[in-house]
Amino acid sequence: MTALPAKTAKKLGLAIDLDTCVGCHACVINCKEWNTSNYGVPLSDVNAYGAAPVGTFLNRVHTFEAKSEGCNAQTVHFPKSCLHCEDAPCVTVCPTGASYKRSEDGIVLVNEDKCMGCGLCAWACPYGARELDQLAGVMKKCTLCIDRIYNENIPEIDRVPACVRTCPAGARHFGDFADPDSNVSKLSAERGGIALMEAQGTRPVNRYLPPRPKTDITGEGKIAVSAPALAPGIPEPGGFLGWLDKALEKL
Amino acid sequence: MPAFDQPALDTSPKVSDEIRKTTCYMCACRCGINVHMQNGKVKYIEGNRDHPVNKGVLCAKGSAGIMQHYAPSRLKAPMKRVGERGEGKFEEITWDEAFGIAESWLRPIRETNPEKLAFFTGRDQSQSLTSWWAQAFGTPNYAAHGGFCSVNMAAAGIYTMGGAFWEFGAPDWERSKLFMIFGVAEDHDSNPIKIGIGKLKANGAKIIGVNPIRTGYNAVADEWVGITPGTDGLFILALIHELFKAGKIDLDYLSRYTNAPFLVNGDEKSPEHGLFLRDGDGKPQVLDRATGKPVAFDKKGIKADMAGTWRHAGATHRPVLQLMAEKYLSPDHAPEKVAETCGIAVDQIKRIAAELAHVAFEEEIVIDQPWTDWKGEKHAQMIGRPVTFHAMRGISAHSNGFQTCRALHVLQILLGSVEVPGGFRFKPPYPKPVEAHPKPHAGVNPGAALNGPHLGFVRGPEDLLLKEDGSPSRIDKAFTWENPMSSHGLMHMVISNAHAGDPYKIDTLFMYMANMSWNSSMNTGEVMKMLTDKDASGDYVIPRIIYSDAYSSEMVAFADLILPDTTYLERHDCISLLDRPICEADAAADSIRWPVVEPDRDVRGFQSALIQLGSRLGLPGMVNKDGSAKFADYADYIQNHERRPGVGPLAGFRGPDGTGKGRGAPNPNQIQAYIDNGGFWVDHIPEGSAFFKPWNADYQDWAVSRGIYDAPQPYVFSLYVETMQKFRLAAEGHGDHQPPEHLREQLKTAMDPLPVWWPPFEGTLVDTAEYPYHALTQRPMAMYHSWGTQNAWLRQLHGANPLFVSGEISESHGFKPGDWARVTSHHGEITVPVVRMDALNGKTMWTWNAIGKRAGAWALQEDAIEAKRGFLMNYLINELLPERGDGMRWSNSDPITGQAAWFDLRVKIANIGPKPDGISLPQHLAQQSPVGKGPKNVAYGEDF
Repeated sequence: MTALPAKTAKKLGLAIDLDTCVGCHACVINCKEWNTSNYGVPLSDVNAYGAAPVGTFLNRVHTFEAKSEGCNAQTVHFPKSCLHCEDAPCVTVCPTGASYKRSEDGIVLVNEDKCMGCGLCAWACPYGARELDQLAGVMKKCTLCIDRIYNENIPEIDRVPACVRTCPAGARHFGDFADPDSNVSKLSAERGGIALMEAQGTRPVNRYLPPRPKTDITGEGKIAVSAPALAPGIPEPGGFLGWLDKALEKL
Repeated sequence: MPAFDQPALDTSPKVSDEIRKTTCYMCACRCGINVHMQNGKVKYIEGNRDHPVNKGVLCAKGSAGIMQHYAPSRLKAPMKRVGERGEGKFEEITWDEAFGIAESWLRPIRETNPEKLAFFTGRDQSQSLTSWWAQAFGTPNYAAHGGFCSVNMAAAGIYTMGGAFWEFGAPDWERSKLFMIFGVAEDHDSNPIKIGIGKLKANGAKIIGVNPIRTGYNAVADEWVGITPGTDGLFILALIHELFKAGKIDLDYLSRYTNAPFLVNGDEKSPEHGLFLRDGDGKPQVLDRATGKPVAFDKKGIKADMAGTWRHAGATHRPVLQLMAEKYLSPDHAPEKVAETCGIAVDQIKRIAAELAHVAFEEEIVIDQPWTDWKGEKHAQMIGRPVTFHAMRGISAHSNGFQTCRALHVLQILLGSVEVPGGFRFKPPYPKPVEAHPKPHAGVNPGAALNGPHLGFVRGPEDLLLKEDGSPSRIDKAFTWENPMSSHGLMHMVISNAHAGDPYKIDTLFMYMANMSWNSSMNTGEVMKMLTDKDASGDYVIPRIIYSDAYSSEMVAFADLILPDTTYLERHDCISLLDRPICEADAAADSIRWPVVEPDRDVRGFQSALIQLGSRLGLPGMVNKDGSAKFADYADYIQNHERRPGVGPLAGFRGPDGTGKGRGAPNPNQIQAYIDNGGFWVDHIPEGSAFFKPWNADYQDWAVSRGIYDAPQPYVFSLYVETMQKFRLAAEGHGDHQPPEHLREQLKTAMDPLPVWWPPFEGTLVDTAEYPYHALTQRPMAMYHSWGTQNAWLRQLHGANPLFVSGEISESHGFKPGDWARVTSHHGEITVPVVRMDALNGKTMWTWNAIGKRAGAWALQEDAIEAKRGFLMNYLINELLPERGDGMRWSNSDPITGQAAWFDLRVKIANIGPKPDGISLPQHLAQQSPVGKGPKNVAYGEDF
């Protein structure tokens, strides 16, 4: 068992917009690219060119179909990485103190020097957000790019996690959820940001902004009207030419 | 319990030694990238924030560039084949030997009959160089990949409005309020579209996705139209029907900026039937509303009367708009008539038409920006209609694709939403009317250059490329009566035509960056046989094949001589205004690649190799008077070649002092200036020139100053394409240029000068009761074609490609998780794993394209999932249609442009239950890998 800090000064995390995420995996690969050569051991790829490659990723996009009565089936792209929970079970379960939550910003990290690769934290995480690197035998997880967000060797505008910096659709937002005036707090408030699987009691910091309702119809007569129906502009007897002549006169 | 214990961290570690800024090449998007170098190795690649295309973002492909650059499948040296074709047995040779072999094949061809060389390049971005080279060589047989990609979209756009989507233009993402996206392959123009969708979402705009498959962009669309494949044109014409019926068309816009008022000869017996009434200067005539008399369309100050008619020489002449009203107000185009065919509810069609009209006309945008049009008329404001559209291969890769793309462009124009605030906007060098493009050329003279550019835009039957006996001049039969407006050529027909010796035999097939033995060909199984087929004397039917690729692709195994290309980080390139540039609607821009890493293998950028081969052959423009090489390599060419005096491959930093924009003498420091500027050059369009570009006098003058035109090129949009009517007249027996009898009916139907729809050909020739379903492919956003390697990171996202089958088909065939299917077309059969998907048109199944690999290719292990489980749909698609019983075989393509009709495919499906071996069918013998196999494990970043 490892202790959590009593309180963190900041609650850094991500607001992920499921209405905008097109499922392109840019965040997945840019995360891999940054993190394989920065904090900790590389993110390896076992059987990289073989039958069934198994690589370590700190962030993955899952695709689901949502079906409900009377609606067309929807496709939802769901990016998933560590949610930096306030009551992080992956930390408290750690037998060596390798897993910890930072007191200043709430980021959950693995001190790889102390990690023995037992995998208990991955079992404890209800989100499946941790992956044991197969080559190094070390637990890997999202660091919120701790080596970017405070890095004075990086231009200030780029001191955000790699996934946020690269997201083409702008579906990922980084900020401090402890500050009600931050970009992420405001977005989450406006859009009804969701704490994932709240019933687990992990108090995740990240928020998911849900897809806006669709205006699809599934059959005749079930129309979401967003514009007045078109009335025939052309009176039947005069026909198109009559209408055209009058309309041209008005130009 | 360990107490709370937090280690000290260095939160400001060193990122890299140096950032080198170049241009990505993991797809044709061409984003700017910052390549972080450490200890001479590539450590990290991120988007360049200053770059006009991607503005800092980078997709999965670009972010996986490290794995592309260090891929084990990279070719190492020139090679000559030592085994049989297809086996993959090669011997490494020197560049001198390679050039010697190529020269020994090509020199005799050039001296005797240059058409014996067929030179086709794939998805590269150096067509301005490769076409120039082919022209200098003198072969008529050159094209790039447009014929099997999206020529319908490009050609329909240029014939209709002087530009199309993607590099030609883009939606006004900032101002648009309603965006409709049709059939877009998710890798096309991917970052700009994703950035744009993000902006639309942030602004609260509505997005309507029209696509049988609800993934990617369609997944986030506010409304999904799960259309039946191949019926987009019918749907669009129903929207047009509704708009005409309601009088919701922009008459002012149509009368000023389009040929809607042009008078058309209505005498069906006349050889001028359907052509424009013209004055003595050849100018099309419109009726002047003030006088009721015809005047030149571009006369200053007139108001055109589209409601009148004109009798002349015994013929009634009617304005184009009246012909359109007659056609599209017909009950045949009513939503009630088309709904079932399209698989879209009547109410949904009507409501979308209403929304388009509402946003276009009730939510118009006004910008207080005065401007002057080309007639000298001053306008106080810029009025915009904030409705935009985008489309790509999904609507164009059908046998009705050209007319469908035309219909979409016509819809945008009727709404007055092209080149206006909130609408679709051109990117320089577009707008560019058909008249400003070359016509196609095929004049061959042994030992000399071709008589002009290969590809272009025909203006009538007299421009077809036919020999004196009426046979095709080109090996791909482009620009013939079978497909008169094939502006990009027909790369997908080259191998089968060369194999058949139809229209003639060739000697050497020379290809670059196109996996034509695999995923880029229809009929993959037969194409591999054609490449390996031998004649009675034991010689290959296609005698010689030269291929250039950076990686050990499937096509490499079928070549006799391999010219190994570099990776994208090791090469010079120019993304040129003479080619497919990276401009934005507000700016002209171009960019370079440069070797941010030097190659560690004996490889050369293909373009450098091509220039060096050209100078060995003594091709005009590539040698000095004394016969010495004019350009050492591609970089030398990029900097010093002039296409016209003062205009070269790169528009920026021209002239001796580097201040020239668009025009100026070659600058010996130009490439360094690009490197210093982040790898690109941008020149913003003045504010008053940003909209109404085809008619905006200030824009036209700016374009001339930048070398885009040599004189202003104002023009009006062609709702009605007179060129097409000329082909119809020929088919009716008028004129000196006459089609063969068997093509007359097809030409009469297909070459309609106003957009029409016909059912996809394959569906009309097979029994649709036997083959009731549609089968499609699309590429995932995270992978692009097969032009790079099978990337170690990306293959973990999309290493296997199941067949996604609609809920309706799953139910009717009882598919359960783990089941496999046998899918059969009129032509072939595949056995593949199945996954149910409900967000899919009920009659449709689909898979990711180009995931299946041949065993042994791409330095993958032979049991790679792509080879065992992955599959290609291509086996089901023939380049020829099913027999019609008329003794002829017709091409499976658009009858106007020849674009490959990939998405017309009809299939049946059988549930075969689980397949315990997990191996898809058909399977091929493995090819030998000339570069060995990739390492078992990768842990990139250990060194840093």
